[in-house]
Amino acid sequence: MAAIPTATRSAGRAPTPVGGVLLVVEHFWTWYRRNWRATAVSSILQPLLFLLAFGVGFGSLVGDSGATGGAPYLVWLAPALLAVSAVQSAAFESTYPVLSGFKWQRVYHAMAAGPITPGQVALGQLGWTTAKITGSGAVYIGVIAVFGGVARPTIVLSLLAAALTGAAVAALVTAFAATVESEGAAFNSLFRFVVVPMTLFSGTFFPVDRLPEWIRPVAWISPLWHGTELARDAALGIWRPLAVLGHVAVLAALLAVGTALSVRFFRRRLAL
Amino acid sequence: MLLERSALISRRGWLVFVSGFFEPVFYLVAMGQGLGSLVGALPGPDGAPISYAAFIAPGLLAASAMNGAVFDSTFNVFFKLKYAKLYDAMLATPLGPVDIALGEIGWALIRGGLYALGFLSVMAGFGLLTSPWALLALPAALVVAFAFAAVGMAATSFMRSWQDFDLVTLAILPMFLFSTTFFPLSVYPPVLQTVVQCLPLYHAVELMRGLTTGAVHVGMLGNLAYFAVMIVLGVAVASRRLDALLLR
Repeated sequence: MAAIPTATRSAGRAPTPVGGVLLVVEHFWTWYRRNWRATAVSSILQPLLFLLAFGVGFGSLVGDSGATGGAPYLVWLAPALLAVSAVQSAAFESTYPVLSGFKWQRVYHAMAAGPITPGQVALGQLGWTTAKITGSGAVYIGVIAVFGGVARPTIVLSLLAAALTGAAVAALVTAFAATVESEGAAFNSLFRFVVVPMTLFSGTFFPVDRLPEWIRPVAWISPLWHGTELARDAALGIWRPLAVLGHVAVLAALLAVGTALSVRFFRRRLAL
Repeated sequence: MLLERSALISRRGWLVFVSGFFEPVFYLVAMGQGLGSLVGALPGPDGAPISYAAFIAPGLLAASAMNGAVFDSTFNVFFKLKYAKLYDAMLATPLGPVDIALGEIGWALIRGGLYALGFLSVMAGFGLLTSPWALLALPAALVVAFAFAAVGMAATSFMRSWQDFDLVTLAILPMFLFSTTFFPLSVYPPVLQTVVQCLPLYHAVELMRGLTTGAVHVGMLGNLAYFAVMIVLGVAVASRRLDALLLR
């Protein structure tokens, strides 16, 4: 009988903490590189249709009411739609795909079975989602430019704002998804009662001060509102240092909380 | 039988069921209030100006009748057909393919009718129903839902995988955005106006807007005829395809 080696060291080395996260990101990238076409509808076409319907169609009804600060409605709306599409795809990418990683495809279990830690899996998932929405956002800016929705080059800063907002939402939703056991009501309710109202009441299509008084606080707690303000100020070239600081602080705090919770819940669920 | 089963299931998932009612209400509050303040009044179907909320509310009603019917008859039916193998089980009983098609559509209608009723009461609460004709908006919503459900089911019977559902979104979303739901036909150049007038949702919106504002005219029979054609074609294709798919 052959001797069974007592030391079970593998020939390879365990990845460094950052290396582990990057390996997870690479996993998603490998899949995406071959299948990106399927996502074209949701990430590019959908915001484009909204831009056409509201920016161009509805925009033709909006006169210079002062609500847009004198900017054409399309130019005023475009950076907000950029933020909305980042938030919506962040929310979607962090629900069913995350549950699938735990439950159906079990890729997270596969990753965590090797030297990659559950925390690195969580960070890799978040890193990938953020990279993806930033990429779609960059493409979307190109589309906006074609339709005359870009007034100045500072719209690049809007992309940063959208990416930060998307990352914050992705982190929070991922943490939530990591606690969900079965599909069905949980995600549906999330979209119906959180994502859709957030889209409607965060100053995307009209300034928040056009809403009835009692509903305005909803906007203040919505990450999307902070992101929209940042993205819009950047695109229109408005510079309000104190407001920027405040919005960034809120989003960074949400991102930190969401990330910490995601890591924690991934650890709990993957520690078998 | 099929109706009873669906009702039983949704009693378990009642939250999802009830939440369907909130979405158009969110839209109505946000768009009516917020966007309304940007545009002011718009010309109604009879030329008299109406508030923006009164303008989009019937549009949202029509759109929610469409959305509900389409989702019920595509995602739901596809899942039952492909994964739950529910219909195969049913055919082992005295139920036939046509019973199944009508049963599913019937359930979609009951559900759609309840949503429409809820939304109409909200409209009434906001004072957006200005004519007794609005009572007919409920049956009209059912006709619209019937038409979309029939066509949706027929389409589902051709679907091969979930990837094909991108096509459903691709058909529904532009219709939702461009069928005069949010802004009047007059903003389009003439060529596009003709295109928009060919869309089924456009006819639904026309029907609803006419009824809720009391601008009723003979042309609306034309809108109704459009849906009658959709219903006949949809049911015929759906039951033939189910026949082929299930009774192999």
